Amino acid sequence: MHNDWLFIGIFLIIAPVFPGLALVIPRIIAPRKPNALKSQTYECGIETFGETWVQFKAQYYIFALVFLIFDVEVVFLFPWAIAFDQIPLFAVIEGVIFILILFIGLVYAWRKGILEWM
Amino acid sequence: MGDPINAIANWLSGWLTALGLPASLVTVILMVLGVVVLASFVLIVDILLVWVERKVVARFQDRLGPNRLGPFGLIQPVADIIKLLIKEDITPVGADRIIYNIAPIMALAVVLLLWAVIPFAPTILGADVNVAVLYIVAVGALGTLGVIMAGWASNNKYALLGAFRTVAQMVSYEVPMVIALLVPVLLARSMGLQVIVNAQEPWYILVAPLAAIIFLITSIAELGRAPFDINEAESEIVAGFHIEYTGMKFGLFYAGELLHALTVSALFSTLFLGGWRGPFAEQVPILGVVYLFIKAFFIYWVIMWIKYSFPRLRIDQMLGFSWKFLTPLALALLIVTAILDKVIEGVSTPVYVISHLMANLIIAWGTVQLLRTYARFERKRVAEVRPVAVAPEADYKELIVQE
Repeated sequence: MHNDWLFIGIFLIIAPVFPGLALVIPRIIAPRKPNALKSQTYECGIETFGETWVQFKAQYYIFALVFLIFDVEVVFLFPWAIAFDQIPLFAVIEGVIFILILFIGLVYAWRKGILEWM
Repeated sequence: MGDPINAIANWLSGWLTALGLPASLVTVILMVLGVVVLASFVLIVDILLVWVERKVVARFQDRLGPNRLGPFGLIQPVADIIKLLIKEDITPVGADRIIYNIAPIMALAVVLLLWAVIPFAPTILGADVNVAVLYIVAVGALGTLGVIMAGWASNNKYALLGAFRTVAQMVSYEVPMVIALLVPVLLARSMGLQVIVNAQEPWYILVAPLAAIIFLITSIAELGRAPFDINEAESEIVAGFHIEYTGMKFGLFYAGELLHALTVSALFSTLFLGGWRGPFAEQVPILGVVYLFIKAFFIYWVIMWIKYSFPRLRIDQMLGFSWKFLTPLALALLIVTAILDKVIEGVSTPVYVISHLMANLIIAWGTVQLLRTYARFERKRVAEVRPVAVAPEADYKELIVQE
């Protein structure tokens, strides 16, 4: 078991090496003559103006919050699904009630209009 | 016989031990070799995917596709790569250099990492971890992080918009995807992919077809492929997150996307199509690899078929589709599967499969009915005459009075 995680650890170290190598080769063989005009960022037909890193919409946070709730819920459900053979029907119903509570949460968010993209 | 990979590994291990190396070092060396072989193999397949992509697109669009370089244009991807390698690499002014350079590496490396847990054959697999499904979800989400980093670091408004859209898309489609993944986990009682493959008697596409469809749709959304490609929508935000990337850096994003599509196909095959299962796969493990790739390429073709058949969705439609359709459907499916599985515990396999299949079909039928009602409602709503933006008359009158 620990060996398998060692494999993933080694993979984690080696995996970036391949794409990294692909970025090193152009450094050697590709031309490299940057100038100020060339490295301007692209914008339709006009020169770029204003700040790029603007504040973004608060609605992304709301979606992220709803996502977080569901993701945490699902993490709790994984052990429940794995232990399915050992648990009685009663515990299955309990799990279903747990899902239903979150389902009500989804309906609530829906009714409140959080899920509308504006 | 039939398993050259393990045979070579055993021979190497024996040889290295005979050299007098300690056992732990031999394990590490073998693992490093295994990782390098696996990653190189996957990357070679990735190069082939460039050709597959171009050739199949051409067929969908009634063209011939690349056919000049080598037989059937097979050497075309090599030419593509050489072109990308010798292109000048331009970093936009004001870019966040570190993140800008890490993002393409991440886009490809993360996809490679997913292959660590996919079982190729009964005896050939990278790591048989017992939480493989969670690992896939976690590492798969990291790929999106690469997109966000690229969009943020480019110092370009289109790129940033692409990154924003990716965030909304990822957080929305992750939920039904994980819930759909719970269904095979529940049926197999394990998160280990090898266990799930072994438990597929018959394939889970027959037991949980709806979960398979939800997983496929959400995976395509996670990939950012058409019809869910709002993060690089060419007609809206030019190229989205990779607008400022040139040469090989762009190539890495491209390769990462293609490979991600194949990875998702392989995962789909593993979870729902029986993975390496097939005639004689248990006796001759190398056949399992062949079966897995045949299934994966079939699903890859289906993903391409979807990509070139559907128009792009709007962002509000996309988010609505996930939250208001896929998530409730996935939750309902999970509840029904869980209760049904417990109630019919211990029945024979045909009864088991048929009852699950019937339950799925009933849910699907109900969903289609609901959708029809919704579509009728929605058509009426859109057809209603809506006020056009006109200057409010009252204000004019006020102005006139004041003058």
